[in-house]
Amino acid sequence: MTEIKAMPSPRTRRNYLELRQLNKTYPSPKGPAVIVNDFNLDIAEGEFVTLIGHSGCGKSTVLSMVAGLTDVTAGGMVLAGKEVTGPGPDRGVVFQSPSLLPWMTALENVMLGVNQVFYTASAKERLKIAEYYLTVVGLADSMEKRPAELSQGMRQRVGIARAFALSPKMLLLDEPFGMLDSLTRYELQAVLLDLWKRQRITALMVTHDVDEALYLSDRIVCMTDGPEAEVGDIVSVPFPRPRDRVAVMEHPEYYRLRERLIEFLEVHAHKKRRVKFPSETTTSSEAAA
Amino acid sequence: MAFLELSNVSKSFGGTEVLRNVNLSVEEGEFVAIVGYSGAGKTTLISMIAGLLKADSGSVKLRGQDITEPSPERGIVFQNYSLLPWLTVFENVALAVDQVFPTWSAAQRKAQIEKYLAMVNLTPAIAKLPRELSGGMRQRVSVARALAMEPKILLLDEPLGALDALTRATLQDEIVRIWEQDRRTVVLITNDVDEGILTADRIIPLSAGPGATLGPSVAVDIARPRDRKALNHDPAFKQIRKAVLDYLLGPGGRQKTTVNRKLTLPDLLPENLDEPRTIFGAKRVPRRRSEEKMESVEIA
Repeated sequence: MTEIKAMPSPRTRRNYLELRQLNKTYPSPKGPAVIVNDFNLDIAEGEFVTLIGHSGCGKSTVLSMVAGLTDVTAGGMVLAGKEVTGPGPDRGVVFQSPSLLPWMTALENVMLGVNQVFYTASAKERLKIAEYYLTVVGLADSMEKRPAELSQGMRQRVGIARAFALSPKMLLLDEPFGMLDSLTRYELQAVLLDLWKRQRITALMVTHDVDEALYLSDRIVCMTDGPEAEVGDIVSVPFPRPRDRVAVMEHPEYYRLRERLIEFLEVHAHKKRRVKFPSETTTSSEAAA
Repeated sequence: MAFLELSNVSKSFGGTEVLRNVNLSVEEGEFVAIVGYSGAGKTTLISMIAGLLKADSGSVKLRGQDITEPSPERGIVFQNYSLLPWLTVFENVALAVDQVFPTWSAAQRKAQIEKYLAMVNLTPAIAKLPRELSGGMRQRVSVARALAMEPKILLLDEPLGALDALTRATLQDEIVRIWEQDRRTVVLITNDVDEGILTADRIIPLSAGPGATLGPSVAVDIARPRDRKALNHDPAFKQIRKAVLDYLLGPGGRQKTTVNRKLTLPDLLPENLDEPRTIFGAKRVPRRRSEEKMESVEIA
């Protein structure tokens, strides 16, 4: 199998993705509701960062803004030295539900993006790209199947292949395994990690699964409960790569970190939910490491 | 003879063998969790215990009696709540109670319904319709309905699968609290190993189908009440978790096939779609990673 080596760069950029003072405010009958406030984060090239927090804490909003699918109310984002303003194929997104086109086969679904991004290449080469990624995610024998013929887990494998096939600068994963049962989830995490170790695409993932965050990421950013979510705690994950589930779970730090994250989530589960308005005093925190 | 005994139970649907030689014995008052993949046949297994399905071969016995049909002595809670949408919370539970205790006076039945709704903390919502309730509250109604029939055994078929992480944690604690009041026999079906460890006395993994079967049972020797956070520094917790996960994710849990295929990934760089597709009328040519070289040159 071919292994792609990253472009030799003079130095790995420490702030490949920069998020600066991101703010998302929605108008509401009671005045503007601040969902995300003053969110700062730097991600290094080739780093896997996870945002963790409860449903509704605004973590998906942050991801959606990076994807360019949600407008930014204030603040800015820079990816690989270029400002991010709208959606684009340089950021591959894996959604919670794979959103495949039901009338197309798995292969055609992947080809849809590949044909756009590699339009200069020959049709034969484009097909090879799609086949390569579908095979690596374990769908060598199911490329000609339509989504209805695939299980939930297999559909999400197509979703992962589709995102990687575009060779994006950045991978954005929005609770990619949230709809799967906890055992199938472990399997797909291994598939994702296998693909990721071949290319080390800078990744930002959103999840509320503590084990998933620990298994996949280099750094875990805990978000406080929304509205007006901020960065609460940043945890560095020390497990060596390439990672293997059994080895990770036997690492002496594993259950200590797991407890720390669960504690964070428990504390923030009981925080009173209240929308703050601009007239009230707001607190802000610096998250940039 | 155990309280609930399944011996060599097999079940096929349309030529596909779903369960093969399932053996299970559950003692009276025991809380057993069966953990397995979705689609493995967990629901088929619990439907046979409930009497909703018949085994092709083998026997399913409760207190030595063959199970042939559904009965109120086996209360069941489904993942999708299965409440009647036009009946209130009270009426949904009353439906079951009236059926099971026809000889009781109306006042006795009312007291029974109210007692179990109070047990699941739903007294304030007693007159509401299912659509006015959250997912977690609906599942509580379903639990109250099953308990109010005073079954000999309670069957929980992924009761918390459709709920978000927070509500799931609350209801897990609640199920254990209710179970501790009268220690009824419970069989819980789940895909979440942690849920099993938090609630059960014993965890039995179910391998992936087709031809799923039960793996080695793992006793959960952790004192109750069990705290989700504190468990993380309990060596028994780590050991149980590892044993169950290793079985399910290992070769025993799911048969994996490997294929060897020669693959070539074309060495292409993605195009910038914001740039025009032609340069002065000429088509762009593909850019290849191997052709892009980093050169260091002197600057005069």
